[in-house]
Amino acid sequence: MINDTGIVVAFWVLAVTTVGCALMVVAVRELIHAVLFLALSFVGVAGIYIVLSADFVAVVQVLIYAGAVAVLMTFAVMLTPAADRRNSETGFWLPAAVLAGLVLVVIVFVAYDTSWNLSGRAAFPATAASLGEAFLKPYVVPFEVASVLLMTAMVGAIVLTKEEEGDDA
Amino acid sequence: MPEMLLASVKLEHVLILGGWLFAIGLFLALSKRNAIGILMGVELMLNAVNVTLLAFSRFVVSPRPLDGQVFAVFVITVAAAEAAVALALAVAVYRHRQTVNIDEIDLLRW
Repeated sequence: MINDTGIVVAFWVLAVTTVGCALMVVAVRELIHAVLFLALSFVGVAGIYIVLSADFVAVVQVLIYAGAVAVLMTFAVMLTPAADRRNSETGFWLPAAVLAGLVLVVIVFVAYDTSWNLSGRAAFPATAASLGEAFLKPYVVPFEVASVLLMTAMVGAIVLTKEEEGDDA
Repeated sequence: MPEMLLASVKLEHVLILGGWLFAIGLFLALSKRNAIGILMGVELMLNAVNVTLLAFSRFVVSPRPLDGQVFAVFVITVAAAEAAVALALAVAVYRHRQTVNIDEIDLLRW
């Protein structure tokens, strides 16, 4: 439980901003506006990470999500023609809305119904050093696998988007 | 009284924030007609999972509380790789079919 007034106010402002921007991603009709609202939502989530005293993860979130992923999505939208840039729903929007609502109800119920084993610990001190130690000691194998995954994804993205010889497209 | 309810940040509040983000992402992924819209929903769901992981890391008893943050960084890494490949796929599909509208990408339909 966090009682510091400034942090509590920051949390509620960030939570409303994040969820509001996520709802705008659903509501706006232009795909490029949806990407911009999504980027704003990512920045809000980074603020939530700082409230939860995860400073390193917050910086990574801003760099990778608000930076790289948002720019990548903007490029993908720009590479499709203007006629394909609408942000409309398929005919499945009603069952999708019902399912999403049910998931939300279940999560809220479980969050309040479970008696969590709360620790009441204070905020973490700066986490970058201890996270670096965790990555290179107990989690070194997943860390290396993640590097291979990123390498594979990069090569795969280049191969997929490379224009074939003699292809006029 | 809502003032009393909102006067502190509890685990439940962060979990419900994560639930909202997950539900919105799920709706986007299931209902959007454009492949990039679906990808936005998937990214939003991954963000919701990260919020939940960090909330548990911050509030719940654990011998190694920072492990939640380590997991979150791995999730972000995988999400970045997934976004790069998915957007490359969208561009490749557009090049062959002149559309990223998933209603019209129905090669398996007879």
